[in-house]
Amino acid sequence: MLMINLILILLVGGLLAMLSERFGSHVPRMVALAVVLLDLVYLLLALSGLPELGGLQAPVPGDPQTWLMHYRAEWIPAFGISFEFALDGISLLMVLLTLVLGAVAVSSSWTDVTTKCGFFEANLLWTLAGVLGVFMALDLFLFFLFWEVMLIPMYFMIAIWGHEQRAYAAMKFFIFTQASGLLMLVSVLTLATIHQSNTGVWSFSYFDLLNTQMAAQTAYWLMLGFFVAFVVKLPGFPFHTWLPDAHTQAPTAGSVILAGVLLKTGAYGLIRFAVPLFPEASIDFAPIALWLGAAGVVYGAVLAFAQTDFKRLIAYSSVSHMGFVLLGVYAWNQLALQGAVMQMVAHGFSTAALFMIAGSLQERLHTRDMREMGGLWHNMPRMGAVAMFFIIASLGLPGLGNFVAEFLVLLGLFQVDPWLTMIAALGLITGAAYSLLLMQRSFQGEPDESRRLNDFGTREMLTMALMMVALIGLGLYPQPVLDMAQPVLDGLLQFSATVVGGQL
Amino acid sequence: MRQLIGLIPLIPLLSSVCLMLLGGRLPRLWIGLLGVGSVGLAALLTGLTAVDFLANPEPFQLTLWVWMQVGNFAPGVAFYFDGLTLVMMSVITGVGFLIHLFSTEFMEEDKSYARYFAYLNMFVAAMLILVMADNLLLLYLGWEGVGVCSYLLVGFWYQNSANGQAARKAFIVTRIGDTAMALGLFLLFTELGTLNIQALGVAANETWQVGDKLPLIACLLLLAGAVGKSAQLPLHTWLPDAMAGPTPVSALIHAATMVTAGVYLIARTHELYLLAPIAMIAVALVGLSTSLMAAFTALTQRDIKRILAYSTISQIGYMFLALGVGAWSAGVFHLMTHAFFKALLFLGSGAIIHCLHHEHDIFKMGGLRTRMPVTFWSFMIGSAALAALPMTSGFFSKDQILLQAYQVDGIGPWLWLGGLLGALLTAIYSFRLVFVVFFGKANTEPDRDTGWRMALPLSLLCALALFGGWIMLPVAEVFPTASGLHPAHWVEYVSIAVPIVGVVIAYLVFYSGQLRVDGLLNMPLMQSLQRFWYSGWGLDALYDRLFVRPYYALAALFKGEPVDAVYGLIVAINQTLNGWLAEGQSGQMRRYLISMVFGLIVVLAIMLGAF
Amino acid sequence: MDGLNIPLSHILLVSSLLFSVGMLGLMMRRNIIFILMSLEVMLNSTALAFVAAGAHWGQPDGQIVFMLILSVAAAEVAVGLGLVLQIQRRFKSLDMDNANRMQG
Repeated sequence: MLMINLILILLVGGLLAMLSERFGSHVPRMVALAVVLLDLVYLLLALSGLPELGGLQAPVPGDPQTWLMHYRAEWIPAFGISFEFALDGISLLMVLLTLVLGAVAVSSSWTDVTTKCGFFEANLLWTLAGVLGVFMALDLFLFFLFWEVMLIPMYFMIAIWGHEQRAYAAMKFFIFTQASGLLMLVSVLTLATIHQSNTGVWSFSYFDLLNTQMAAQTAYWLMLGFFVAFVVKLPGFPFHTWLPDAHTQAPTAGSVILAGVLLKTGAYGLIRFAVPLFPEASIDFAPIALWLGAAGVVYGAVLAFAQTDFKRLIAYSSVSHMGFVLLGVYAWNQLALQGAVMQMVAHGFSTAALFMIAGSLQERLHTRDMREMGGLWHNMPRMGAVAMFFIIASLGLPGLGNFVAEFLVLLGLFQVDPWLTMIAALGLITGAAYSLLLMQRSFQGEPDESRRLNDFGTREMLTMALMMVALIGLGLYPQPVLDMAQPVLDGLLQFSATVVGGQL
Repeated sequence: MRQLIGLIPLIPLLSSVCLMLLGGRLPRLWIGLLGVGSVGLAALLTGLTAVDFLANPEPFQLTLWVWMQVGNFAPGVAFYFDGLTLVMMSVITGVGFLIHLFSTEFMEEDKSYARYFAYLNMFVAAMLILVMADNLLLLYLGWEGVGVCSYLLVGFWYQNSANGQAARKAFIVTRIGDTAMALGLFLLFTELGTLNIQALGVAANETWQVGDKLPLIACLLLLAGAVGKSAQLPLHTWLPDAMAGPTPVSALIHAATMVTAGVYLIARTHELYLLAPIAMIAVALVGLSTSLMAAFTALTQRDIKRILAYSTISQIGYMFLALGVGAWSAGVFHLMTHAFFKALLFLGSGAIIHCLHHEHDIFKMGGLRTRMPVTFWSFMIGSAALAALPMTSGFFSKDQILLQAYQVDGIGPWLWLGGLLGALLTAIYSFRLVFVVFFGKANTEPDRDTGWRMALPLSLLCALALFGGWIMLPVAEVFPTASGLHPAHWVEYVSIAVPIVGVVIAYLVFYSGQLRVDGLLNMPLMQSLQRFWYSGWGLDALYDRLFVRPYYALAALFKGEPVDAVYGLIVAINQTLNGWLAEGQSGQMRRYLISMVFGLIVVLAIMLGAF
Repeated sequence: MDGLNIPLSHILLVSSLLFSVGMLGLMMRRNIIFILMSLEVMLNSTALAFVAAGAHWGQPDGQIVFMLILSVAAAEVAVGLGLVLQIQRRFKSLDMDNANRMQG
């Protein structure tokens, strides 16, 4: 029940936030913050009651009893569709990340959103609810439902509160995600049909559908359906082009959620569904996926370097960083997978913070064009220092979370393909180039003395400090995160090894 | 006592964090006390540890915590302490302390006083972690950490975008080397299953034979990292530009400590290099060619800091030469003496710049001998040590390097000859600097002389530069002992005589004017050669053409997002189809009706079986 | 049953001819009055067919539907003439092709 409650709290909370607007435009924000924090506290309290958390044992992908939590109730029994939720180390990590960044997103909407605040916060909470559902649902039909649930409020957030070209960006975001989601739906339905014809029983449960026997050709096509849906969301090269537009046009809180959480659903889907459901097909496909990952790393970095729009640059840096996730997943060994999970968490924090900075700049300067910035450190030293921190984090300085992630991915990848590692490592150099360019163009250079700008206030500094501490913690002592993901990854690796008898 | 070495990097780090958080609110005195005091305390602790260690020279290891553990990959945040670490730590904290003290006067009028010391302290912490790390990953943390601090400090005066440009160049060029080094780390871990430096040495000797391909590749990758950080060919171009930072920063980071990290890395992993003789030769050749290239360039520069920067590149070239010929301890010895005399020279130049309204051009100085006596004597002593005049510290270290280079089989004498040429050039350019700046007629009046906070570090460094050659390094246990053979006496005599010849030439040309070289210099060939040297052998322009501009062009080419064009095509197809179909919806009733009737006729015809 | 006995097919032929005349008028005329008149012709042609069929089968249904069509036609003319007035006012003409605002 815990898992359903988590989602329900957010759904109902969204409704409350919307209704509370009649008491004043600042009330919805408070309600939203309270709801997210309540959800977080509820989860933490519930977790402290779980004895398994200390010594997480490896959950076997096919056996729900070995998971941290499992809940199942009938929904449409005629087709074997059920409300099936389950939680293991990776989902738990992602749920925690979602709630923490949810709070951050509410904070970043504090002064940014001025119209229809109630509806905005409601959309924010509903998106979070959809994301939580995606991270916990293990019935493939239910998973698809949540996949759509998180899409629609996000569409509204971009379309209503976005910047100049919001209609175009929102539509692009919607069509990319929807079209690829439909491909996944086709795959899900086909998979269930094959399972039905094999066993005579309808089921959409992840645990039943693992190990479904089918022709290699069929498996390959079905795997592609999942892969495309997840890689569009990730986003991986060459399906990334919705991201720069969506990010650039979205309101700050939308960008934070989009970059921090929504992109991770793609990575999560790859680890949870695309590879385990079709291990053989994934082996065949791995070289292509690895090349796409490396291409994303380099391509994203080169394009980020070319941008003049602050937010667009960060958006392309996301493309580059998520390329590492794709590499990590398809290298499919302990080191690389741990790196991919780590990257999901660390990138969530570093990019969310950078988008918040971009939003603050937009709020103060009414532009995102870096050619009109420069020397802002002089006007806003605190914001400058904070920006420096996160830019250095995003270029992968050791001691901060992103480095651990990138290093582990590359180290794992090196054992699979040294040459590709060299190409992906170019991302480290080009990453430095665009990150420092961002710093140079916005905060360094000739200051404009006539500008009167407010520096970060207490609320903003608190939010930033939270994320700084998180990144330093991840960088210097990543073990808790690694330990949470370790048993899950071990289980997956064992599972795929027994199915295919070897490494990907 | 030994458990306390963890505190040595921690103290400057904490001080740095304090300064960052509270910097704006503290009074200047407090900032200075915190900044200098923390490094002083670290130096004190290093001294105590040194006393303890020298009494009982047993290397030891201190694990603070396991950094990350994934399978058998479990690097720790752990320190390893032996003679080499001790030497490096002493240089960093000792010279670092003096430079911090010097900075309090040099930077006293700067608005961002706290930020300066925060960065500088963070640098000291990162550098200490670099030399104390017991595994290559933690070393890499320090390695990147000093890189970032160098970036922050070179671009310290961020208001001028040229400084930002130089800072970015410094970071990105070294990052190229760092990335190669990271690949080396991947290779070492994949092949040997550990990144612990001591364990690597053991495992490498068990797994590999001398001359194998894998150690060669690994060593070359590490060399690439070292070349980037230590500003050797072909990645040296960032260092002269990095002089944009405050002069004490140049003294600490770009002369005494950070740029010698590459030397430290190779010395630390010497067991790997011993398995790859070709990599050793590569190290020696890189060192020798860099040292000659930079010496020629230094001869033609006018900016006092650029002269010193090229001289640093050149001297690190000597250290690489030493490492390449297996003279490990001589290389580290030169690293230490160089830290003394080069820090002295940079601080001296800082004093000149400080008192001469930020003048950098040596030909606008002159006659400062009587006006700035402390600085003059610092420069005299520093230049003497740099030129390796007998009995100075530089003499001992450079002499060792040249003699050991001579003994290498085959190419030894050639390396020695090249080193001698470098030594001659060094003597000439360093005393050119002295004669032009301190003698002759005064072109600019200094508006003040150095205060005690500048004079004290200068005097102490003078002492070290003069007598540092007598220090016995406790590194005998760390490195394999060199052969006991001595080359013929004439080799030694020549090595001693060459720098003196250089000084005499500099005297004749730049002071007394008895040796007229104008005729030679005005020959067209010499003119273009001078321009070539002045530009740093045209490498900056070359890289600009080869890498920088193509990258900008590539970025500009892709800016329009060609991938999106594919999706744009889908959109265009849809819109065209839509256009065609929308034609039918004309809004004219009669057309609708006509189409309906035709449809009806077709349907009726089908139903009646006409088709 | 006495008297003139016209076969059903003749009446249906007349009816379909009338319908075609009406439809052609609908398709070809642009004046909205003529369009309305053509519509009336078409309605009446169907009404004729109903009456004939009713007579043929000896059932009252045909005449009932005729009454229905009559009333529909009356209502249609009422609405149609109202529209004609509006169109005349808006476009200052009775050309049907002017009223094409609903195109896509």
